[in-house]
Amino acid sequence: MSAAAFIVIAIFMLAGAVAAATMPRLIHAALSLVVAFIGIAAFYFLLGAEFVGLVQIFVYVGAVAVLIVFTILLTRRDQENTSGFNWGGAVVAIAVFSSLVWAILHTRVSEAAPQIDPLTVKRIGEVLMTNYVWPLQCVGLLLTAALIGALILVAEEKR
Amino acid sequence: MTPSLTGFLILSAALFCIGLLAALSRRHAIFILIGIELMLAAANVNFVAFWRFSPEPTQPTGVIVAIFSIAIAAAEAAVGLALVIAVYRHYRTTNVDKLDQLKG
Repeated sequence: MSAAAFIVIAIFMLAGAVAAATMPRLIHAALSLVVAFIGIAAFYFLLGAEFVGLVQIFVYVGAVAVLIVFTILLTRRDQENTSGFNWGGAVVAIAVFSSLVWAILHTRVSEAAPQIDPLTVKRIGEVLMTNYVWPLQCVGLLLTAALIGALILVAEEKR
Repeated sequence: MTPSLTGFLILSAALFCIGLLAALSRRHAIFILIGIELMLAAANVNFVAFWRFSPEPTQPTGVIVAIFSIAIAAAEAAVGLALVIAVYRHYRTTNVDKLDQLKG
């Protein structure tokens, strides 16, 4: 982990996130969101969790961002009055951020990252299939139910 | 010099607050979903950072929780965007200020 990489990725990712939150055009915000997600995946790589970084890219950049872009295109005729911005939200966000930073800076945490062996996909698979096999099945069931529910929600009503 | 846990925590706090800003101050339903996705991603960064800086990182608990969290966030995004499309089909708008049928 190097500090230079951390700072560069942090600037990249936060710029993408701020653009995603404040861009007036929805499609530009969705594309900035992709930048922010790639930055977050780079953080996972920096932290030594390569598998989570790859999952982040596959799921968020590959699926969620494409889903958001499709939804924007399907609801396209409603674009004119979307640039309204409520400054009360900015005040709340800054207040939450300052209290979080205050709490983080007043907490004693371990500073140095211990040396570890690289976390291989084999190890993650072993843990998923032994200790976490029931949560894994539950997540599979949840995903199936959620996707069937999404299909039912968007299905055309019969007249 | 290497980045410390405090750096990662402050970074994910910033990401969370940007998501909060998007969810609270935009009036378009898709912006609110984008904000919720950013907040969930900030929580995942925290999980992985706490795993990496924990005294015993041989147990990959934080990584497993982050993977489950990403899967659940994907399900949430699918259902949320389906709801946006259903609402748009019914009301012809996605501005959440105009969806006030339940208002007393």
